[in-house]
Amino acid sequence: MIKAILIFNNHGKPRLSKFYQPYVNTQQQIIRETFHLVSKRDENVCNFLEGGLLIGGSDNKLIYRHYATLYFVFCVDSSESELGILDLIQVFVETLDKCFENVCELDLIFHVDKVHNILAEMVMGGMVLETNMNEIVTQIDAQNKLEKSEAGLAGAPARAVSAVKNMNLPEIPRNINIGDISIKVPNLPSFK
Amino acid sequence: MALKMVKGSIDRMFDKNLQDLVRGIRNHKEDEAKYISQCIDEIKQELKQDNIAVKANAVCKLTYLQMLGYDISWAAFNIIEVMSASKFTFKRIGYLAASQSFHEGTDVIMLTTNQIRKDLSSPSQYDTGVALTGLSCFVTPDLARDLANDIMTLMSHTKPYIRKKAVLIMYKVFLKYPESLRPAFPRLKEKLEDPDPGVQSAAVNVICELARRNPKNYLSLAPLFFKLMTSSTNNWVLIKIIKLFGALTPLEPRLGKKLIEPLTNLIHSTSAMSLLYECVNTVIAVLISLSSGMPNHSASIQLCVQKLRILIEDSDQNLKYLGLLAMSKILKTHPKSVQSHKDLILQCLDDKDESIRLRALDLLYGMVSKKNLMEIVKKLMTHVDKAEGTTYRDELLTKIIDICSQSNYQYITNFEWYISILVELTRLEGTRHGHLIAAQMLDVAIRVKAIRKFAVSQMSALLDSAHLLASSTQRNGICEVLYAAAWICGEFSEHLQEPHHTLEAMLRPRVTTLPGHIQAVYVQNVVKLYASILQQKEQAGEAEGAQAVTQLMVDRLPQFVQSADLEVQERASCILQLVKHIQKLQAKDVPVAEEVSALFAGELNPVAPKAQKKVPVPEGLDLDAWINEPLSDSESEDERPRAVFHEEEQRRPKHRPSEADEEELARRREARKQEQANNPFYIKSSPSPQKRYQDTPGVEHIPVVQIDLSVPLKVPGLPMSDQYVKLEEERRHRQKLEKDKRRKKRKEKEKKGKRRHSSLPTESDEDIAPAQQVDIVTEEMPENALPSDEDDKDPNDPYRALDIDLDKPLADSEKLPIQKHRNTETSKSPEKDVPMVEKKSKKPKKKEKKHKEKERDKEKKKEKEKKAEDLDFWLSTTPPPAPAPAPAPVPSTDECEDAKTEAQGEEDDAEGQDQDKKSPKPKKKKHRKEKEERTKGKKKSKKQPPGSEEAAGEPVQNGAPEEEQLPPESSYSLLAENSYVKMTCDIRGSLQEDSQVTVAIVLENRSSSILKGMELSVLDSLNARMARPQGSSVHDGVPVPFQLPPGVSNEAQYVFTIQSIVMAQKLKGTLSFIAKNDEGATHEKLDFRLHFSCSSYLITTPCYSDAFAKLLESGDLSMSSIKVDGIRMSFQNLLAKICFHHHFSGLLKLWPRAAQEVVERVDSCASMYSRSIQGHHVCLLVKKGENSVSVDGKCSDSTLLSNLLEEMKATLAKC
Repeated sequence: MIKAILIFNNHGKPRLSKFYQPYVNTQQQIIRETFHLVSKRDENVCNFLEGGLLIGGSDNKLIYRHYATLYFVFCVDSSESELGILDLIQVFVETLDKCFENVCELDLIFHVDKVHNILAEMVMGGMVLETNMNEIVTQIDAQNKLEKSEAGLAGAPARAVSAVKNMNLPEIPRNINIGDISIKVPNLPSFK
Repeated sequence: MALKMVKGSIDRMFDKNLQDLVRGIRNHKEDEAKYISQCIDEIKQELKQDNIAVKANAVCKLTYLQMLGYDISWAAFNIIEVMSASKFTFKRIGYLAASQSFHEGTDVIMLTTNQIRKDLSSPSQYDTGVALTGLSCFVTPDLARDLANDIMTLMSHTKPYIRKKAVLIMYKVFLKYPESLRPAFPRLKEKLEDPDPGVQSAAVNVICELARRNPKNYLSLAPLFFKLMTSSTNNWVLIKIIKLFGALTPLEPRLGKKLIEPLTNLIHSTSAMSLLYECVNTVIAVLISLSSGMPNHSASIQLCVQKLRILIEDSDQNLKYLGLLAMSKILKTHPKSVQSHKDLILQCLDDKDESIRLRALDLLYGMVSKKNLMEIVKKLMTHVDKAEGTTYRDELLTKIIDICSQSNYQYITNFEWYISILVELTRLEGTRHGHLIAAQMLDVAIRVKAIRKFAVSQMSALLDSAHLLASSTQRNGICEVLYAAAWICGEFSEHLQEPHHTLEAMLRPRVTTLPGHIQAVYVQNVVKLYASILQQKEQAGEAEGAQAVTQLMVDRLPQFVQSADLEVQERASCILQLVKHIQKLQAKDVPVAEEVSALFAGELNPVAPKAQKKVPVPEGLDLDAWINEPLSDSESEDERPRAVFHEEEQRRPKHRPSEADEEELARRREARKQEQANNPFYIKSSPSPQKRYQDTPGVEHIPVVQIDLSVPLKVPGLPMSDQYVKLEEERRHRQKLEKDKRRKKRKEKEKKGKRRHSSLPTESDEDIAPAQQVDIVTEEMPENALPSDEDDKDPNDPYRALDIDLDKPLADSEKLPIQKHRNTETSKSPEKDVPMVEKKSKKPKKKEKKHKEKERDKEKKKEKEKKAEDLDFWLSTTPPPAPAPAPAPVPSTDECEDAKTEAQGEEDDAEGQDQDKKSPKPKKKKHRKEKEERTKGKKKSKKQPPGSEEAAGEPVQNGAPEEEQLPPESSYSLLAENSYVKMTCDIRGSLQEDSQVTVAIVLENRSSSILKGMELSVLDSLNARMARPQGSSVHDGVPVPFQLPPGVSNEAQYVFTIQSIVMAQKLKGTLSFIAKNDEGATHEKLDFRLHFSCSSYLITTPCYSDAFAKLLESGDLSMSSIKVDGIRMSFQNLLAKICFHHHFSGLLKLWPRAAQEVVERVDSCASMYSRSIQGHHVCLLVKKGENSVSVDGKCSDSTLLSNLLEEMKATLAKC
């Protein structure tokens, strides 16, 4: 079973958190503790870590990968194959890359809901649902299509506005490898 | 319409969406919290609006804020609203939010049952998918029970996308509702052979997860998995299966034998490291399960170890880590084969990766022997010195202690060496494990008598250097060792060289800076020391010396009396008074030593940690029985005396032996000493070294201050452990020489006495004699201690409930609870579901399907039983003798035969298996024959009673409904029927789409022809129109999207737009279709009238009681009432009927104490609420009188209210 999936950046800012076990009041603590454990590790060490205390007993392991500015951490128990999960993280990231077209941290920041939807096609309730990237992408595309058809005519103005809002950005840096740079967005004049 | 929507969306396009929120948070780095609280206020406003899109947007933002750690539980109800949106876009947002924030404690979760059921049966696969995904995260026992059957149906869905999700979620359902496991298992098993690889993988996943917890129930699946393993190419599935086999082999060694070959092949052939690794792991598990006796054993081990060595030597740190991990498993059973790689493992200790070092440390644990213990510990000690970071150093420290103390100090040959290692470890700065070292010191000093003298001398040196410890590491865990040092010096003070010196050391003013519990031990042991000094002095006749010591005590003790720690203070003041008294006596020249030392007479024996629990209850003693009858209830203080009594009861066995028992104890102690004396090298293998002192209270709470010292602290004047290593080598060398001599002599003898195997040249463990005669005192256990060791099992293990025998045939009572809507079925449904729930229909088709499936399940079951029986055949590797043709793993002939035979009783199976196991091959066949004949004979007698088939169709009653039950009702009413087709329909309003209702029409084919080309044409009225596909005119019929084979039914849904909902109305319509059978096709028609009642415009909407009160107070509502006489039905059921037929619901309590108390209700009066699709509030007050019921209604529209009440009257009149 996968107990939790966390994505955070080099500064420990959570970008996605998905808990498959009820950790009602400790989620933030777990994220912090996990970041603390993972971030102090060198680049060339193994990707497995004996789990933190908060997330559960000795049966649990943290399996993580570090991509540019982001850590992808899976907390799993002994029924999962360590190397298998490493592959799974790779599939996850590649899928994100396909769905977002050259994914970067900003995509995850602004579209965490989409990331959740992609993840939901891979892992369900802590168990691996699908490992085939093409299958995942097909389903995601089909759902996006459905969403678009639902928005239909009514969705058009909202899309236009969000396009305008994005246009006001000087540029969206696509490949950010420089940590958590803050993009200064000129405040939109209030239309209300 | 479209224009309105566009307008609405223009209004809200300047609302903040998720991206704006994120952007805003990033722009408000300085006052993030303030900004977010503003946003939350905005979100609260948005949630109050009626537009579902606005709500969904708000919920989407909340989901993001939840990730940042903000509480969003207050929005649970809004989340449910968004979940019930009709559009997938919004639904998905709702379900995501629910999956992120709902948990078992969320009270509104019970409101979702129907919504989820509706989504599960939605025609859109993505609606179903999103519901399954969401449910997997927040399923509760109630949801699991209510939805298990729906999910099980989905396991046979036509779309693999749904099938795999349904299969996977079943695991969660099993966990929450274990009763569903047996009914669902046959289908789950079926899915192992699903044509779609995704579904197959999901099924493997679920079964592996189940089998991991309770492997023995899944042994019978081994042949199936074996087949999968040899045929599958999906590495993910293979890994899961291989892991599963790893869990199964310990239960069935024969399985292991069968596995070795294919696994070895995989190891050789696969290029995937993950698969290779899991194969090696399982082979190891197999080898562990096979006790020796297999000739080609060593080859497999060699292969594993060799592959693992390759992994460990790999430059990839991950492989290195896993290699070490697997190596530690081999170590347990085949230490020899691992020990040869000691160099490699020691090398890993120097790795820069901490995880790898830790794994290497684990391996060391199993690699020590008497021979190499000192060497390995020496190496670890150098690592301790080098290590940066306290965590790793602490880990090293615990490992050193673990290694040395394992299996009751089995590998320690020289305890002086061990004590000095422990003393050296006290030099560690900033360790948290002072108490561990202390516990070891105490344990060794108490249990190894021979070492006491040495230990005492070391401890006194430690106490002497206490100023060092106390000053530099004052608030540090390491000062815990002083606790042990003080106690040892006090308790065994007779071994002290210079007791006076030690006494002074213990009375130094600095001692008062130590933590309280240590000071307390100091105080207590100072007296012990004092007593022994007093005795020495008096015996030597030094009266002055004795008085000087007393004076020292009187001078120094007051510093402890002033302690802030209560324990220290109390002990110190007691003792101070005592000493002052002694001083007076001494002044009169009265000898006091005898009496003072009598305070501490007798020896303390180590008591096993579990001893207390193991004290058997004496025969005839009933601990639960009252000694005196309890006082009457009127006494308010009833509880208190009882509690006191309990405490005494528990404490009693802990007391030191009282005077009366003293004699008896002394006698026993003598006897034991005698026994141990006769056995000089007495080592008891107690399960674990004593760790009583490990949980000394308060240690963890002492804040650790890091003190930066460049020079490691040396304890002056203490022997270094290193010299022991040298000494030990010399000693062994000497021993070896002696032994060689002896051996030579023996050899000479042997030469004379003809050939005998000369002993191996290498020195085995047993050859090393310990340096001291060691007597390890066993820990005391009470007499007649119960041998059972069941204290390790956790009664709260959630997986225990899933320990269910799956091979037993399904009993008729074991069916998943089903919510039914058909009137024809005479089953009863749980009443409890009715009030909350507008009954959700199920496609009638399901019923037939169910039947077939049941049939199929039965066959499967038989097959499974067969397989369980065949497991023995399948597992036996030796081919049967040639003349009798061997039965194939699943012989087809047998299967046919088996299909004919009745399902066999379990006993038969077990019996058969037992016999099979015992009897050799050729006989087995015969046995089977016999057995089969036997069962055939039984066949007739076992015929099921005729009624049982119908009984099986009844749903299980879940819960325990307290009152009489309502007959099940259907929200579907008859629309029209003829000889070909029967139409029933249900009208449901939906909250999101203004003024729209969905009409679900169930068409059932009653003829023997196929019905095709069905078309529905409805005549629109001014007020109500049918939504038709774009481009079709008002007069065109709308096609029904399916055909109906004979006996099948299906449901079609149509949307109608209603202008005004205050009045009921009727629409005329016609169903036209082509009925085709063998003789030909005919065109047929069926007219019907759709009746839109006012109730059908209502939507069951939960309402909290406070909101309800506000609504009534507002005064905007007009009122009307009705009264119906002659009602005999119970009030309970009456309310249920109103809820069901008129879509009302009871009020929710704000703070329900328990799930069943959610609805507010007084005995004969109930408030109810509902809402129309156009947003009218309808409030009811239902009162029950003698044989009559009155209903007062308030509604924002008076026409609607009066029409509703009329409809209600009609319903009630039928009661």
